[in-house]
Amino acid sequence: MRLVLPNPGLDLRIPRHEDLERMEKQEAADRPKWDNKAQYILTCVGFCIGLGNVWRFPYLCQSHGGGAFLIPYLILLVLEGMPLLLLEIAIGQRLRKGSVGVWRAISPYLTGVGIGSMLVSFMVALYYNTLIAWIMWYFFNSFQDPLPWTNCPLNENRTGFIPECQQSSTVDYYFYRVTLNASNSIADSGGLQWPIIICLLAAWTVVCICCIRGISTSGKAVYITAILPYIVLAIFLIRGLTLKGALSGIKFLFTPDVEELMNPTTWLDAGAQVFYAFGLAWGGLISFSSYNPVHNNCVQDSVILSVVTGLTSVYAATVTYSIIGFRATEKYDTCINENIRTLLNGFELPEDSITASNYNAALHHLNSSNPDTVFGLDIKTCDMQKLLSEGVEGTGLAFIVFTEAITKMPGSPAWSVLFFIMLLCLGLSTLFGNIEGVVVPLKDFNLFPQKWPHEILTGATCFVSFIICLLFAQPSGIYWLTLFDNFAGSVPLLTIGLFEMIAVVYIYGIDRFNEDIKFMVGRKPSIFWQITWRFISPLIVLVILVFYLVTQAQKQLNYLVWDINSETFPALTSIPYPSWIYAVIFLLAGVPSLVVPMYALCRLIFVCYKKKMSEKN
Amino acid sequence: MLEKILLLLSLSLSVAEGLCKPGVGEAYKVRFSIKTALGDQAYPWNKNEMFLFRAALAFAMRDFTNGEEFGVSDIHPCNETQRVSFWFVVTRPKTMDLVDKGTVEMAIKKSRNRINGAFLLTDKTLEFDGIYPTLAAPVSPDTPPWLIVFGVVMGAVSVGIIALLVYPLVQRKLKKNMDADDEDSDEETGVKTAENGANDGIYNSTFSDDERFTQM
Repeated sequence: MRLVLPNPGLDLRIPRHEDLERMEKQEAADRPKWDNKAQYILTCVGFCIGLGNVWRFPYLCQSHGGGAFLIPYLILLVLEGMPLLLLEIAIGQRLRKGSVGVWRAISPYLTGVGIGSMLVSFMVALYYNTLIAWIMWYFFNSFQDPLPWTNCPLNENRTGFIPECQQSSTVDYYFYRVTLNASNSIADSGGLQWPIIICLLAAWTVVCICCIRGISTSGKAVYITAILPYIVLAIFLIRGLTLKGALSGIKFLFTPDVEELMNPTTWLDAGAQVFYAFGLAWGGLISFSSYNPVHNNCVQDSVILSVVTGLTSVYAATVTYSIIGFRATEKYDTCINENIRTLLNGFELPEDSITASNYNAALHHLNSSNPDTVFGLDIKTCDMQKLLSEGVEGTGLAFIVFTEAITKMPGSPAWSVLFFIMLLCLGLSTLFGNIEGVVVPLKDFNLFPQKWPHEILTGATCFVSFIICLLFAQPSGIYWLTLFDNFAGSVPLLTIGLFEMIAVVYIYGIDRFNEDIKFMVGRKPSIFWQITWRFISPLIVLVILVFYLVTQAQKQLNYLVWDINSETFPALTSIPYPSWIYAVIFLLAGVPSLVVPMYALCRLIFVCYKKKMSEKN
Repeated sequence: MLEKILLLLSLSLSVAEGLCKPGVGEAYKVRFSIKTALGDQAYPWNKNEMFLFRAALAFAMRDFTNGEEFGVSDIHPCNETQRVSFWFVVTRPKTMDLVDKGTVEMAIKKSRNRINGAFLLTDKTLEFDGIYPTLAAPVSPDTPPWLIVFGVVMGAVSVGIIALLVYPLVQRKLKKNMDADDEDSDEETGVKTAENGANDGIYNSTFSDDERFTQM
């Protein structure tokens, strides 16, 4: 006896298997189709592999015990990611609708799940495209030698550099001052940065034109955007491994610390990363799968996608850390050489007396004989571990650490162009899925007249998004972006994913779902899928959600700012959010999560009211 | 006679040595980092190199003061160390009056490149303590290069938009031409078209599916 909630009228809302067979034979042209299987796989791979694989996974891997992190990551990939992936792909292929259409067909009370997916996709698309705009800015500026972030600008009397640049570093200054013109707090919004506006315009136009006819245009674009990153990563891997210090970075990444496995946050972070890495609950995957032929082997597709995503994460992490190792070694060598110079100058010793190899012995000797002089010279300690672990997450990795490493490589403009093209492709292919997850539900809602072609709908969405994105073009834009990143793309996704699983397993009915897959693929899904769908995956997502909410509620909400006048400069200062931010956070995280129960409730009230009215009559 | 000259020389030398006191008055410190700059090709520091330094500095003073006949003997070094660093003072020609720091600084600044060149060194490897090198302004082109790339990208996007708008119109025109040809051939095979038209019929799902969806 399977637990299934009563769901009257389900058979009327979904096409029967015979209908599906007939639609397949007739090749009804009312729904777009993939040109070939490769396009579908590439689109899904491009959607799943995004900027997070380059700049979030390596950081998590290294900070949670290196090689040992792969264990929880792979376990949760198999237990949580793969089942949810197959669920979304299969339900899209079976019901042949976008995300709102699918949930509405399962039960009209569940339309809220689709609406939530659409809202999340929309909000993520906003800040994701701003990241693309910043990447474009760096890409545009890479076509010059020397790169503009190699040197600080000079001060007025040309004897030194601008103090803000002198105290921090050239790459920090270029990112925070030249590109963003970052203000001191999120409340400080002074005007708009016109280079960012121009880049936002470019970013939204490129996305619009790639998505304008739906998958018939974006399906062609993914041939480039999905394959190019792999090629560039290979080039960077070869280049990275030939650089001095690369192996120390890779060793730092993969050194296993098995004790980290005891730490619950390791498992939570692994689970969350798997969830976000697969692009689950955004609605894009359901849409893409609905264009598949009915008898497409979706089980095989989900396994392929999971394996590819897992391997790509590890691959990208290796490349990233080889470059990080190179940069850390360069900085370490520079630090040691600076100290040697200071010692030589302070003690008037001949030049070759202290080298890198006998530095420690010489320093010890001098410190024991003349401790006061050594203290007065202010020797900095050069810590390789600290250098390896600084700024390696998120935008800090791409715009600060990597750009600095690139300036030290010979032929830097070429490497810079390659790197930012790769990031552009990674981001664009994820955005295609996002836009699909926004435009197709809008179409399903019949908000716009039916005779408006798809092009106008896409164009209108992109235009409205561009206007809203001007929020991120302010000097406080980076703080808004971090806010969106932390709240719009975390809790709502987990909530919606949980509701999706409950909806398919307990409202649509696991038996019916098994029959569907048997009809489509030829075999009923094995016991592994049954157990994960019904118990394990929902439980894991619920646990992650609860823990996340509990930890967030406990700490005071702080954020990092670039403040010249603070004591911790050049490190970012942590200050609390203003109180009105809580309203914004509710809008970002609360509304998409709560729209599911709220919609069901509203519909219940509406239906009861209608019944009462018809009974009266 | 000879003794008088020797006495005068030794007197002047001792006075000069008295003039050059490290860290006091008009003295400047100079530091050479030859091995850092030249590596294997580094030349050893000896009295000849010191002579070259004094000559180069005398040249700088002459160049700045526009003709005052400074000589090698007007540059007085002292406190030479193994690091290859030493202090020096400059005196006016034919007298023992010290030249003030400001003048020396401006003279060195003016001829910095020439002095560096004489030793195959740079501003970083031949340091004068307290005299900051004037940094070269970065080259900035008239049109920022990023604007050019942006223009290229937007141009490509515009071409794409135009192509997308024009392509279906072109297709429709071609189809019209093909249909016109078909009609010509159809008139000859009138009987055949009737048979071809009686297919199974294409199932039009637009009508049936919508009814089954619930309202709201």
